[in-house]
Amino acid sequence: MDFFNRFAIPHPSPAIYASMVAIGITVIAVIAGLTYFKKWGYLWREWLTTVDHKRIGIMYLISALLMLFRGGVDAIMMRAQLAVPENKLLDAQHYNEIFTTHGIVMIIFMAMPFIMALMNFVVPLQIGARDVAFPRLNALSFWLFFMGAMLFNISFIIGGSPDAGWTSYFPLAGTEFSESVGSNYYMIAIQIAGIGTLMTGINFITTILKMRAPGMTLMKMPMFTWSSLVTNAIIVFAFPVLTVLLLMGTMDRLFGTHFFTTTNGGMDMLWANFFWVWGHPEVYILILPAFGIYSEVISTFARRNLYGYKSMVGSMVIISLLSFLVWTHHFFTMGQGALTNSIFSITTMAIAVPTGVKLFNWLFTLWKGKIEVTTPMLYALLFIPTFTIGGVTGVMLGMSAADYQYHNTMFLVAHFHMVIIPGVVFAMLAGLTYYWPKMFGFMLNEKIGKWSAWIIAISTLLAFIPMFFSGLDGQARRMYTYSESTGFGPWNMVSFIGAAGLAVGFALIVYNIYYSTRYASRDIAADPWDARSLEWATHTPVPAYNFAILPQVNSSEALWDAKKHGHELFPGKYEKIHMPNNSGVPFIMSCIFFVWGFSFVFSIWIPLILTTIGIFVCMGLRSFEKDHGHYITVDEIKETENNLRGA
Amino acid sequence: MKIDNSLPLEYSTEENSNKILGFWIFLGAEIMLFATLFSAYFTLVDRTGTGPTGAEIFEIAPVLIETILLLTSSFTIGLGIHAMRLGNKKAMLTFFTITLLLGLGFLSFEIFEFVHYVHIGAGLQTSAFTAILLTTLGTHGAHVTFGLFWGLFIILQVKKRGLTPETANKSFIFSLYWHFLDVVWIFIFSFVYLKGMM
Repeated sequence: MDFFNRFAIPHPSPAIYASMVAIGITVIAVIAGLTYFKKWGYLWREWLTTVDHKRIGIMYLISALLMLFRGGVDAIMMRAQLAVPENKLLDAQHYNEIFTTHGIVMIIFMAMPFIMALMNFVVPLQIGARDVAFPRLNALSFWLFFMGAMLFNISFIIGGSPDAGWTSYFPLAGTEFSESVGSNYYMIAIQIAGIGTLMTGINFITTILKMRAPGMTLMKMPMFTWSSLVTNAIIVFAFPVLTVLLLMGTMDRLFGTHFFTTTNGGMDMLWANFFWVWGHPEVYILILPAFGIYSEVISTFARRNLYGYKSMVGSMVIISLLSFLVWTHHFFTMGQGALTNSIFSITTMAIAVPTGVKLFNWLFTLWKGKIEVTTPMLYALLFIPTFTIGGVTGVMLGMSAADYQYHNTMFLVAHFHMVIIPGVVFAMLAGLTYYWPKMFGFMLNEKIGKWSAWIIAISTLLAFIPMFFSGLDGQARRMYTYSESTGFGPWNMVSFIGAAGLAVGFALIVYNIYYSTRYASRDIAADPWDARSLEWATHTPVPAYNFAILPQVNSSEALWDAKKHGHELFPGKYEKIHMPNNSGVPFIMSCIFFVWGFSFVFSIWIPLILTTIGIFVCMGLRSFEKDHGHYITVDEIKETENNLRGA
Repeated sequence: MKIDNSLPLEYSTEENSNKILGFWIFLGAEIMLFATLFSAYFTLVDRTGTGPTGAEIFEIAPVLIETILLLTSSFTIGLGIHAMRLGNKKAMLTFFTITLLLGLGFLSFEIFEFVHYVHIGAGLQTSAFTAILLTTLGTHGAHVTFGLFWGLFIILQVKKRGLTPETANKSFIFSLYWHFLDVVWIFIFSFVYLKGMM
């Protein structure tokens, strides 16, 4: 029995027990459903073993939406707890667990896969390629991310959630103050997902550098592809820092080392420094692809070429470099001295310059454009003013002397939500709506879409603007309650209403997906938005090989110029196409990784050793495997193309 | 698969040249990984707590032997790749085998060194300094261990399948990895051991 005691949750509540039952029932329902409808084979052949970037993109998307739900529920619980003074809805420990998991889930398991979803689906199509450079590695990246996410998410029903904040600062996250296995979950689940992300970075840089269509020079790449290239470069240089950091954290917690302890030479600030050396570039890993989406959407619906293409590229490169030079601004108050703080203040505020260049470029693209306000465009137009509020408050926080006033208050919370939600979330929703027809062959309802965009935008302001004021009044972040005499009550009530509004907005998006799946017309053109880049030049649904003939590109607006000037986009004739084979190994290997991580979290050594061997056996088998892919013949291509044209 | 005969075998297909570029990018990530370990090392090097300092535990002889073994192995794998380019399979396999034996020798000395450290009271849990020392060395050692298995698999494949674009590509990439481990070791030797003994 002793063995099983470790799996008990240290701080149970009826809500957690209810979740356990709900999760159990859902799992049983999914298994029963798959068995009843005899879909196991379909699931295995078409999804679990797929190496097709489009399907992997869709799987990322589904994961991101699931995690948005999980993180959103956490958010609502927090806002509900704080809505009135002295609330008893949650106790301190639960509140700690919830703000920790909210942060990690939203950043690492919602925003990241959402970006990966769009990158996977769009980038190969935008550059006129047939897949990514390493399709099987891509599948492994996805499954590692997925298993990491699942491992993290079971923490609250098996063994207990992490509760030391998403930054997991030591010594709080050390074994002395965090006794449950929660922080082990943090270290190991993020490690597994992080390895997947790092491999995605390598994969996409190679894809973008080597697999562009003939004629597409670097400076003729669509802006989303450019943003992906820069983002993946940041991933490759930032994620190894996280790998080492989590390794050191794991060793401190499980092997009794003294990296971040307060005794035997350990240095707790080392964690904070390394965390943000990764963490700040991570912020730009999230925002740059979002900027890429806005560039696509704005130039499409303003019907103009993107203004200032070169300065857009230049500013992204500058942002990517500066992102590695600002990490200290996350802890100005922790005593590194005036000179260090001044230097990091300057680098921090300097980032506002290239970001401002981008904002003005979007405005100039809109200037004299024939603007068509579709749902994606509405998100983009709402983004510009709301994001600016978040951005300029960031410059306020960047002034180190003034930061002593704002540090660890709700002002900071308001700031980063006001950049991440209008910046990343609006962009992802815009991208979702924009690319939905390419992914699924029908359009989302515009009317419901616009309603949800407005509701989400107004609710964002309602939820976070009050925090600027309560923060300046001194409300600290991460406090689970406050007394009535502080006067924070009304601000927090407004915030709660905003949070509820956000929930309504997201529910409306879910309803939109349901409604459009049911009623939307399937008879849509390959290019329903009258767009500009290559992903719209192929059929809908996109055939497995993407392009029957590789496109010949002459400008950065390849499709637009082909439409307006009558370029021949697909010269030549059909040739047989080489495609990679599906493989079950990435999925199986990631399942082994899941068991490995679980054993590691609970220090069950024998399965840990066995699964470690299992992982290396998978890699060894891969080394000896002969896999030369397969060919799609000219006849098959002709048949597919004729069918798609007829449709 | 289109084979371009004007290029060396390991670059001769599009897939091959993608893999080589991809691996260079991976090495970029590896540089960041070791750079992080080094910066942690430099931060914690004087934080010895109640444990010993570097000067008290480092010994030049085994470290020098390790260095010579690893540097020589980097040279022999270079000869191996040269032989591969000349199409001399037998010479290539010989050089690869010598490389792995030298790597094995390096690893044996390193394991011996670790046992010695633990024995004299400089274990993983002693202090922040010993923890980061053993983690940095251990990460490098784990890479070498991984490389030994990887190299062995490649030797077996070349032996069985001959020098094809695929096996040549794998061998070349493995050589990049091995040279990289050598570069990292030069930094470890200079900035961990020599600096620590001064």
